[in-house]
Amino acid sequence: MDDSYPHPTPAPAQALAPGEVRLSQARVGDRGVIGAVGAPDAQGRGGLDAQELERRLLELGFVEGASLEVIHEGAIGHDPIAVRLDDMRVALRRKDAVDIVLRLTPEAAQ
Amino acid sequence: MSTATARIALVGNPNSGKTALFNALTGSHQKVANYAGVTVEKKEGTITTASGRTVSVLDLPGTYSLRARSPDEAVTRDAILGQLKGETPPDVVVCVADATNLRLVLRLILELRQVGRPMVLALNMFDIAQRQGLRIDLEGLARDIGAPIVTTVATRKRGIEDLVAQIEAKVEALAATGALESANTWHEPSPAEIRQAHAEAQRLMKAHVRPAERPDTLTGKIDGVLLHPVAGLAILLSLLFVMFQAVFAWAGPLMDGIEGGIGALGGLVATVLPDGLLQSLIVDGLIAGVGSVLVFLPQILILFLFIILLEDFGYMARAAFLMDRIMGGAGLHGRAFIPLLSSFACAIPGVMATRVIDSKRDRLTTIMVAPLMTCSARIPVYTLIIAAFIPNETVWGFASLQGLVMFGLYVAGITSALAISFIARRLFWRGQVEPFLMELPTYKMPDAKSVLRNLWQRAAIFMNRAGRIILPLMVLIWVLSTFPYPPEGATGPAIDYSFAGQLGHLIHPLFAPIGFNWQMTVALIPGMAAREVAVGALGTVYAVANAEEQVGTLAGALSADWSLAMGLAFLTWYVFAPQCAPTLAVVKRETNSWLWPTVMFAYMITLAYLAAMGVYHGAVALGWG
Repeated sequence: MDDSYPHPTPAPAQALAPGEVRLSQARVGDRGVIGAVGAPDAQGRGGLDAQELERRLLELGFVEGASLEVIHEGAIGHDPIAVRLDDMRVALRRKDAVDIVLRLTPEAAQ
Repeated sequence: MSTATARIALVGNPNSGKTALFNALTGSHQKVANYAGVTVEKKEGTITTASGRTVSVLDLPGTYSLRARSPDEAVTRDAILGQLKGETPPDVVVCVADATNLRLVLRLILELRQVGRPMVLALNMFDIAQRQGLRIDLEGLARDIGAPIVTTVATRKRGIEDLVAQIEAKVEALAATGALESANTWHEPSPAEIRQAHAEAQRLMKAHVRPAERPDTLTGKIDGVLLHPVAGLAILLSLLFVMFQAVFAWAGPLMDGIEGGIGALGGLVATVLPDGLLQSLIVDGLIAGVGSVLVFLPQILILFLFIILLEDFGYMARAAFLMDRIMGGAGLHGRAFIPLLSSFACAIPGVMATRVIDSKRDRLTTIMVAPLMTCSARIPVYTLIIAAFIPNETVWGFASLQGLVMFGLYVAGITSALAISFIARRLFWRGQVEPFLMELPTYKMPDAKSVLRNLWQRAAIFMNRAGRIILPLMVLIWVLSTFPYPPEGATGPAIDYSFAGQLGHLIHPLFAPIGFNWQMTVALIPGMAAREVAVGALGTVYAVANAEEQVGTLAGALSADWSLAMGLAFLTWYVFAPQCAPTLAVVKRETNSWLWPTVMFAYMITLAYLAAMGVYHGAVALGWG
């Protein structure tokens, strides 16, 4: 699972390959490996520049190749979500998770 | 390099047990103060090594990166880089890591290496790592990160002697060479550099750490219940209910005891000192003033006990998760939940607790609305007015009408706080929404000793600050309401002739449109020191001695003199008015500017005025005038 680690240049997040899902759209139980973090087109989203959000996500361990599973979601609007990220658990709002692309592990592999 | 006192600093991710290690290292030799110019708490202690050397230890706020985002994290960065005003840089950096969660701290270690200061890595919670079957090649990892590693279990004081020995070795090496291990090459990492550091950390993990054979599953199971969309919220609400019960029911006897003690002390002093100015200053000014602060200590201790227990257990992050959407709807951060909760006891610890919020805007909004939460100082005022004007009858077969009104006043506070932050967000900080990213730590059993120590420190800070602010104010208000003396043969109460009384008469025309009589206006002035003092002041103007004990008598006097509309207007005023100078003083300290306390005062007094006017005229129109 760790074979894609490291992944020095992030893939552009606009186009999703089959089997990929934005973390902002993921459902409880979805699991896989982070395929990309950060979107070059997300300038100014949410009051932070995209690079700042990207750095914060990276510093908390959202990095290409990290394993991730969505474990909980809030009662209202399924937001925020809680994820298991490698050895830790992290909570974040779906809005801030748009730029994280999750490469889903095929069901057969689980 | 001086050999006098070596300085070390503890750095680490949040939840790494850094503070537990700090306590294990320094024991009772610690003090809490503030850093110069910033309001981040500075925890400092000393250790004495086996060879008799004294080492001062600084416990820095937890962080994931030296690239600081909150004021707390900026202190950590500046302390490590030696850029903190009035502080010399640490001789040795001790990085504290949760042995079961190494990945992120390895990246922080790589950043710390760039700074070039001598470093020791403390692998804390090592017993848990062993229990999980996690294998760490300590020698290889130490070689690769270029720093000695000590395994510790801070809560059981294991590995502390080893750690001190390693720290001393580093201190001696530094003293011998007089030079740092390498030059400081740290700079804010770019996203690419963070990725690179992650790759390097991942390499270190693969080379030296074998994953846990029996990873922790308990946290996952507990979260299954506590983060459940329905059960989780129900549990949170029940916890809050128990907490309020505790704060208001359990604290009662203690508060009565303190009040009794203060009263007895005042009485004793009054018998010793001759009647006159000095006796009045000490009994009515100082003892009553200190007492008015002390009496809230039980409530604040109980509230903090709950908060510390829930925080140490790991629940507070979950509460923030559960409340985020509800708070977020009003434009607040999930983490604002904790400060606002504290504000139910007193806005002062609430405003202080906003430091956990990284974003400056979110923190300011939270500070601005914190005083709208019904603090315990409003309770005596509410109780008095409700007893005077709301009939003690049962409605709908089970609910007490007086209780319902009290509940309504709480709800009014909460909804107005949410509404104000919503408006502030829409009007002033449109589109500026900070991300909500938060680690959900592994659940841990709170350690009794560290809970008590923490509780003691909270209490000391509260007493110290509140005492320093309230005490001089109380003396000032005593002066205002004592001088000048009433003329010979005066018939009215003495306060009527004092500066406070004159001031009350002077500003009374301003308050006439909201239905206040001059007695109410006079009571507002001493009420600036602390809200509940207004009760005592009303007692003075209505010449009811010991007003706080004889609420019944005073309530009778009020209901005879005021109309229902006036009583309701007074209650409404107290929901919103910035009737508390210490809170404004703390806001000034916490925001480091006069701007925010001014804004707070202006908006709250406007709100109070308009709301009281609306309620008064509404009530008069209903025939309650």
